[in-house]
Amino acid sequence: MKILVTVKRVEDPEIKIKIKADGSGLESEQMKYVVNPFDEIAVEEALRLRDTHEGEVVILSLGVADCAQQIRTALAMGADRGVHVLTDETLDPTLASLAMQKVIEDESPDIVLMGKQAVDDDMGQTGVMLAERLGWGQASFASKEASLESEEEKSKQTALNVSDNKVTVVREVDGGIETLCLNLPALITTELRLNIPRYASLPGIMKAKKKEIKEFPLRDLIGDAQPLVEVLKMEKPAARAAGMIVSDVPQLMEKLRNEAKVI
Amino acid sequence: MSWPPVSEELTMFRKTVRDFVEKEMAPHALEWDEAGIFPKEIFKRFGEMGFFGISYPEEFGGSGLDYWFSVAFLEELTRSKNAGVNMAMTVQSDIALPPILEFGSDELKKEFLMPAIAGDRIAALGVTEPDAGSDVANIRTTARKVGGDYVINGAKTYITNGCRADFIVLAVRSGDEGYGGISLVLFPTDTPGFQVSQSLKKLGNLSSDTGLLFFEECKIPERYVLGEENHGFYYIMTGFQRERLAASLLAVAGMDRMMEDAVRYTQERQAFGRPISKFQVWRHRFAEMMTNIEAARQLTYMAVDKFVAGENPIKEITMAKLFTSELSQKVAYDCLQAHGGAGYMTEYDIARSYRDARLLTIGAGSSEVMKEILGKMEGF
Repeated sequence: MKILVTVKRVEDPEIKIKIKADGSGLESEQMKYVVNPFDEIAVEEALRLRDTHEGEVVILSLGVADCAQQIRTALAMGADRGVHVLTDETLDPTLASLAMQKVIEDESPDIVLMGKQAVDDDMGQTGVMLAERLGWGQASFASKEASLESEEEKSKQTALNVSDNKVTVVREVDGGIETLCLNLPALITTELRLNIPRYASLPGIMKAKKKEIKEFPLRDLIGDAQPLVEVLKMEKPAARAAGMIVSDVPQLMEKLRNEAKVI
Repeated sequence: MSWPPVSEELTMFRKTVRDFVEKEMAPHALEWDEAGIFPKEIFKRFGEMGFFGISYPEEFGGSGLDYWFSVAFLEELTRSKNAGVNMAMTVQSDIALPPILEFGSDELKKEFLMPAIAGDRIAALGVTEPDAGSDVANIRTTARKVGGDYVINGAKTYITNGCRADFIVLAVRSGDEGYGGISLVLFPTDTPGFQVSQSLKKLGNLSSDTGLLFFEECKIPERYVLGEENHGFYYIMTGFQRERLAASLLAVAGMDRMMEDAVRYTQERQAFGRPISKFQVWRHRFAEMMTNIEAARQLTYMAVDKFVAGENPIKEITMAKLFTSELSQKVAYDCLQAHGGAGYMTEYDIARSYRDARLLTIGAGSSEVMKEILGKMEGF
């Protein structure tokens, strides 16, 4: 079985971000980048599927030359090889999904796994659009019934169940669990509760060095297609004023009425 | 100067150690201290992550990398904020196992080194005795030859991992008095006559087990001797260098952690209408601290650089051990002081770091021993 996992290079959520003075984007100086955490979960699930059913795990990333670091991270976790679509452009979900479609049509995997969203812009559209472009069945927000503390998780069992050219996927919905069955090939996006991703081990890191990463320039794949969404401006939310402690309810009412003017 | 080297693998490795330590260990720092022990499973996890095999050849399950990878491992390990578990792990990776690689036969490497690198067997180093510490030439635990075996009698104390080790790299007297009569042997702890007499209570490093061990007519096969019989003193002295280098690196990174905690606390804590860090007394003290820590790091890195180049930089390592461990006392004191009353509460990391730092001028050879070594080398 061949599984393709998309991996996005995102700003490290644990680092304070700075917006460029002209509001056109984020300062990249001193910024650290990581693999989108949802994508790490997708990589983990793919590795488990491969170890259960054999086959290979291919990592796909779109972006600047340094995206190779995030591909290497996934290779160090145990994925087999990488595909890097090179571009310095900022991609909206329509362009990202178009480029992915081209790679996937060439690779023809049985399953495409991706994070349900990237933690940088939180759009959450790429997976949905990609499935539509491919004309494949999709299951978004894949989760699992067993807890992340369960023995099932500890023994690294797959949450996705593949047999007879079909995959069953569990999703959390309001008030219960929904189980979907999809024909392969299929596209699945991952929720946080799907698994606990492994760490890259030192032997894994050293092996990753020798694994292949194929490179394609973005425009070779998508011609002159244009984005549908453009980011006009970024700005910081207004700073919150300091709070205060009031001594009693009458004072609270007075402050709400006359200072905050909310009642 | 070219340290520390930069490579993509080194950066990735540093990150993977940091992620693991911050997520799997740091949240348990207080709990493990209170329990007086950390879960044995950590050894296995470290084995799986390749942390014990960094510089060991691939044929024995290691990654065959240079010491700068060990530097990254040791430095990031301090993010656990628990020196007890760090010491236990370092004993395995950098103290008990190197003599097996360096002096052991392939047969012994397969039997002892490989499962330890995999994290399946826990190792300890047994040198110190109730009556001999740095004065290794005077150890009294005896190994007498009977047929094809050694029969061991004696006691060892302050042995890290001693209470749950599967084997001990043990210093024994197999020959005459003095340094020429000492051998290093591999001692499986399921040998009849071996007894963990006591898990010793300590001032700091509470999460690691420290054993007082007794050996009574313990029989092990002669082939368990490392290298040549009666050459153990030299092997131990060689091992001390690596142990002291690791201790220096842990001390420097430990100071970074304490200072980070103190700076963060003083930036958050308000007094008289402003953060404590905005008082000149603390700003200046942190500026001095930062400078001293950096000086300590560069001295240590110089020793690492020579060590990686294959030299035997005894002088540099000894100076680094002396300087970093003594400076740690001052940094621990000041960083706890910066926390005020909170620093005296065990729920704050700095309280534990303060207790744990005290061992640094004692373990792996005391400051006084370091000064004696330097004095002798320089002919003062």
